[in-house]
Amino acid sequence: MSTTTTLAPVLSMTGVSKRFGAVQALKDIDFEVAAGEVVALVGDNGAGKSTLVKTIAGVYAPDGGNVVFDGSPVSITSPSEAQALGIATVFQDLALCDNLDVVGNLFLGNERKHGGALDEVTMEQESWRLLRELSAKIPSVRIPVASLSGGQRQTVAIARSLLGDPKVVMLDEPTAALGVAQTAEVLNLVERLRDKGLGVILISHNMSDVMAVADRVAVLRLGRNNGVFRVADTSSTEIIAAITGATTNAVTARAARRAPQEEQS
Amino acid sequence: MSTSQTPTDPTAVPAGPVVPADLQDERLIAAQGLRGWAGATWERVKSGDLGSLPVVVGLVIIWGVFYALNPAFISSRNLVNLSLQMVPTGVLALGVVLVLLLGQIDLSIGSMYGLSGAVLVVLFVNQGAPIAVAVLLALAAGAVVGLVYGLLFNRFGVPSFVITLAGLLAILGLQLRVLGTDGTVNLPFESAIVQFASQMYLPAWLSYVLAVAVPVVYLASRLRTDRRRVAAGLSATPVTMVAVRAAVMGVLLVVVVAVLNDDRGLSTMVVLFLALVVVMDLAIRRTTWGRSVLAIGGNVEAARRAGIDVKRTFLSVFVLCSTFAALGGILGAARLASANQSSGGADTNLNAIAAAVIGGTSLFGGRGSAYSALLGILVIYSISNGLALLSVSADIRYIVTGAVLLLAVVIDSLSRRSRAAHGRA
Repeated sequence: MSTTTTLAPVLSMTGVSKRFGAVQALKDIDFEVAAGEVVALVGDNGAGKSTLVKTIAGVYAPDGGNVVFDGSPVSITSPSEAQALGIATVFQDLALCDNLDVVGNLFLGNERKHGGALDEVTMEQESWRLLRELSAKIPSVRIPVASLSGGQRQTVAIARSLLGDPKVVMLDEPTAALGVAQTAEVLNLVERLRDKGLGVILISHNMSDVMAVADRVAVLRLGRNNGVFRVADTSSTEIIAAITGATTNAVTARAARRAPQEEQS
Repeated sequence: MSTSQTPTDPTAVPAGPVVPADLQDERLIAAQGLRGWAGATWERVKSGDLGSLPVVVGLVIIWGVFYALNPAFISSRNLVNLSLQMVPTGVLALGVVLVLLLGQIDLSIGSMYGLSGAVLVVLFVNQGAPIAVAVLLALAAGAVVGLVYGLLFNRFGVPSFVITLAGLLAILGLQLRVLGTDGTVNLPFESAIVQFASQMYLPAWLSYVLAVAVPVVYLASRLRTDRRRVAAGLSATPVTMVAVRAAVMGVLLVVVVAVLNDDRGLSTMVVLFLALVVVMDLAIRRTTWGRSVLAIGGNVEAARRAGIDVKRTFLSVFVLCSTFAALGGILGAARLASANQSSGGADTNLNAIAAAVIGGTSLFGGRGSAYSALLGILVIYSISNGLALLSVSADIRYIVTGAVLLLAVVIDSLSRRSRAAHGRA
């Protein structure tokens, strides 16, 4: 499974910074994800996870730094540019339109057409195919999204991200509102995405989810990089230490870096 | 995508004949045939998903009351008058529906109505321009105003309420300036535009052909869609159901046309309005643009993240709304064969906005249809026409219209609460 880290990164960011007024939300962030790899992005509240996600998704323009996508430098200035490149995002707040039905939400901004008009038939058919693939428990795709439960809404949002044949999928807290079975389904889905050769960025507070599916874990703390760990070579306590800042002194950080190397040699 | 995963869930494979993909969930309560459909509809209404039912019921009540008070209300002559009266403001209401769908408002449509009427008569009568040029320039005035609103809204993020309130005053000033010292300018009665708006009626045979063609086209397109749905493994509405709906529609249309033809008939101006309503309805429901409008009205941020060009959509809707207002002004001036300093003043603005809301378009965005402009304007002009027939003065008319508007908003709020409680929000 984790023989993949030698692959060229499909998305790589170096020295990315973002300020909101007096708040330095991101400072010199380096981050990369390869095709066929699941990278978990973890950190405490306010660590800058969501800001980094929104920067990748084109919602925020970074103040500085370089972004390389698929081997060529890019600057992502709008969500549609990110989508066109092949970066799909499921936001924490799901970004669904409550007044539209499931089909309308799934294909929003990406509608299928048939002779100039919306092709509701094809879209509905595709919706069922996608939802069945996710084993989604949604009784009807013709009801407004407002009347779905939290887990169903999450499923709709994830299904939507898969429509544009993306190269990178970002999931912001995808399992936060899900039941046990649906969490397992989402994790299965994450693995399926990886097997299809997509780069998956998974933002999560749930350490067991992270350890279950991620290949690498990138830790953010107070808007800065605080270590990248290979899941195979680390433990959740080590990651939690990096998240909470118990390893912020140079010696322990160095020890944490050396640990995997010693195991290899 | 991969279908390699074999389902282990025993409920995933339905027993018996192949069930359409959208009816496989075991929690769905199956509704089959005509009775099933009627039951499902009743359940929907009970849970507060009223659609245009309240306004249709309201219209029936209003017509019943006025008929009881003065049978002349239902006479062909009066109904033809009613159909003509409602068009100019109805075109305004159509624009209002669009801005309301975005969750915005345009308060300057009344002023725009006055300005475009003024531009039309001054160019055509005072400057001697050809009528086509005068009409196009009046429409262009509307488009430019909408463009300015859209650019201001997109650039500075000022609420449309304030922008268009400023526009209301500024455009009123422009209207007075364009009219200059003349005050009132009359259009020659024999000009094409006046003829179009007040003297031209469809030949009886053509109106009947239209009344039959509309349900036939509806039936054909529904059957075609249903065939595609079945081919795609989805459920289809029973053919009898579709046929019954088309038949009811056809009978209604033929009766209306027959009543109107008993007097002068179906005016070309009314046909233009109805065509605009149908076109806008299709644009809202069946095009990417319409889907963007609804999405923005539901959740701007979600629409933006989905890659919709939010600014361009706002711009297009403001331009359309002001252009519809300009068209309303042109039709209004043509119908009365004059434009003056008070054209588009008084209650024009509020009637148009009230019509959209009474028709069932939500003030909060994302919910509504082009038909609410037609239904709402019918309600408002039925009231004003009926009260005028009873020789009731304007004061009572305003009070009654206000009460109906309030009632419509109360029904909307109640049904929204009920929808939320029944999981249909």
